[in-house]
Amino acid sequence: MKNGFVYDPLHGIDGQKMDVAVKNGKIVESVDEHKVTTIDASRMIVMPGGVDIHTHIAGAEVNSGRLLRPEDHYKDIERKTSITRSGVGRSIPSTFTTGYRYSRMGYTTIMNPSMPPLEARHTHEELNDTPMLDKATYPLLGDWWFVLEYIAQNNIKECARHVAWLMKSTKGYAIKIVNPGGLEAWGFGHNVKNLDDQVPHFCTTPREIIRGLCKTNKLLNLPHTIHLHTNNLGKPGNYQTTLETMKCVENLAADNKPVIHITHCQFSAFKGDDWGTLQPGSEEIASYVNTHSHVTMDMGQIIFTDTTTMTADGPFQYDLYGLTGNKWINHDVETETSAGIVPFRYRRKSYVHAVQWSIGLELALLIKDPWKIFMTTDHPNAGPFTFYPKIIGWLLSKKAREATMRRINPRARSQSLLPSIGRELSFYEIAVVTRAGQAKALGLKNKGHLGLGADADIAIFDINPEKTDPSRKYKTVRKAFRKAAYTIKDGEIVSKNGEILKHVDGATMWLDVKVNEPARITDDIKKRFKEYWTVEYENYPVTEEYLKKSNPLPVEAKV
Amino acid sequence: MSLNEIGMQKIWEGNKQKRLDELFKIDNSKDTTASESTMISISGDVSKVKRIGAQMKNGGITINGNVGMHLGEEMAGGKITVNGDVGSWAGSMMKNGAIEIHGNAGDYLAAPYRGSTKGMHGGKITVHGNVGNEAGAYMKKGTIKIHGNTGQFVGLRMHDGTIQVQGDCDARAGACMIAGKIVIEGKLESILPSFTVDTIKPKVKIEENETVQGPFYVFLGDLAECGNGKLYVSKQNNPQLTIYDKFL
Repeated sequence: MKNGFVYDPLHGIDGQKMDVAVKNGKIVESVDEHKVTTIDASRMIVMPGGVDIHTHIAGAEVNSGRLLRPEDHYKDIERKTSITRSGVGRSIPSTFTTGYRYSRMGYTTIMNPSMPPLEARHTHEELNDTPMLDKATYPLLGDWWFVLEYIAQNNIKECARHVAWLMKSTKGYAIKIVNPGGLEAWGFGHNVKNLDDQVPHFCTTPREIIRGLCKTNKLLNLPHTIHLHTNNLGKPGNYQTTLETMKCVENLAADNKPVIHITHCQFSAFKGDDWGTLQPGSEEIASYVNTHSHVTMDMGQIIFTDTTTMTADGPFQYDLYGLTGNKWINHDVETETSAGIVPFRYRRKSYVHAVQWSIGLELALLIKDPWKIFMTTDHPNAGPFTFYPKIIGWLLSKKAREATMRRINPRARSQSLLPSIGRELSFYEIAVVTRAGQAKALGLKNKGHLGLGADADIAIFDINPEKTDPSRKYKTVRKAFRKAAYTIKDGEIVSKNGEILKHVDGATMWLDVKVNEPARITDDIKKRFKEYWTVEYENYPVTEEYLKKSNPLPVEAKV
Repeated sequence: MSLNEIGMQKIWEGNKQKRLDELFKIDNSKDTTASESTMISISGDVSKVKRIGAQMKNGGITINGNVGMHLGEEMAGGKITVNGDVGSWAGSMMKNGAIEIHGNAGDYLAAPYRGSTKGMHGGKITVHGNVGNEAGAYMKKGTIKIHGNTGQFVGLRMHDGTIQVQGDCDARAGACMIAGKIVIEGKLESILPSFTVDTIKPKVKIEENETVQGPFYVFLGDLAECGNGKLYVSKQNNPQLTIYDKFL
């Protein structure tokens, strides 16, 4: 790639004209120019391939959503070509279509959060069929019985060994916690309301679960932090829970390193007593994050469109069903977690939805350090990932925000902090929030940068940063980000101007956690598998042969 | 558009794209009396051709023969006349305009696509023959007139609008309806238990300047959905419903 404007935030490169050389799927110092394919990237932006830290694209839950919503698919059809397979889309695209659409936008690595360990096999089957991307998935551990028991006994070491076993057997990448304690309570029709509520039948509290798993995460040396969907998500006034959650792990942090990732924070930043008095709580959260270094978060930005909400947070989804009266799915995943799916439409004219829209952007703009907040829509909960270019437009340009603001609910507009925020992100910062920052937070050593030895996952966008002023020409920028001029995966051009040129299977990354002493699998544990699970202990683990292209990442644990 | 250009239009046959003139013989209208707006006339059996008149906004289509599924899907204006039978999903999700069918219609007349709740939003559908199941499902506005008989679940989950059935109705009329009006002039074997009898009315209004003489039983429902829809059922043709008289 010659003469591109390179944005590589992990190496501090901010739009300098450079050549990037690639050989055998890796970035190298130089190549013999006579024997290679050259891309003339002059007048274009070169960035590392996109990384998405939180996007529901595979697994039993996503698939149930597909079944629930035939009307979501029929107007958005992906036609078969000689290279690609056919599929359907919109808010829950079929697996192949998901891969192609991400690749067209210059993304090369994605993380599928919230996999119930029991559904690991299903999730990996779908990930195997999601091409063009490297991917990984996070098992849900916040309400896993054995974890709750070890935490109640304060036996963090054994908990860590157990999590290591589970990470290996589900081929997972990080510890995902959803509404800790709440999902177990939901099995009995209840929920937890604050961090110190008792979890029924387990002598523990959400605070202890979060702290326990945070310590576990440190003992195991996992590359990512704990990935937390907070308690009370989607309820007015929950910004206080979020602040408390961040505070409760404050003393576990060391060396200015993050220890907690609050995901789709927009849904956890509501102020007010009820829906009528809802206000943005983004200012409080942003000022906390600005003064502390142990937190990273992602936006969960609302898009005004029809979408499908799906989380493992059963009680929240039940409330959402109550609000909308829509069809819905409620699922109890045996002893492990719960799940709910509700189709949802975010409307500009709705006060609550417009406030939510404002909160997401306020968070992204008020948090000064772009390495702490990343761009997501929590696909498909707040909007399909195909709308990312729109968010990039809003982040880059105040004019774009004002254009949308004129059309939203007037009362929400008067509550919004956005008119007072003049900040516009630069392309460098966009590269942080869409790639470098996410890769860093995930601890992916070979992704999100263009240094020597990095995976040659590169995205080239047809914008000339010298000529185009993104704050005025946000539509041009949006268009460019919608269809990357080139997407390069492992050194091969896989997509060009929105057309898929080559079908490649990405690898599934998982953590091969090496512990000094294996987890004690007692007869009691085996017996409980026999009694309470539909799958027995011996059949539970997903073996490595099951993955189409396996990429185990070795981790040396401290236990 | 010239005849040649019309012939070059692309159309899907199975999974292959073809030109329109490969499948149809295209001719200019010799009828000089035709109105100025675009008129399309299709002759022959097109019972395997889908989505004729989908999303049309104005003009007219006349079809002499049987038609396939999704006729006039999401149409917003104009008129479609069919001299023959029609497949399922005719007038699905239509917003405005008129469809007149001189034969029978299949299932899901004016009903939305599976999973969707966007029913018919306006316009008028007239069927001179019989109709299959779930006619007018999720209907929000407009009028459906059926001169023949209907299958089960006429007006399923209807929100508003009017359905008139001059013939007989199969079971479960008005299931889960929330509002709107269903008029059944023929026989309806039994009323769903989630409906309550309200009164007897001598006549009922269908459209402006159009009323039907009764008398009619008026049922309210569907109470399972806290609905307030009105189901008018002919008293004369349904002697089995006299058991409701004692509740009046």
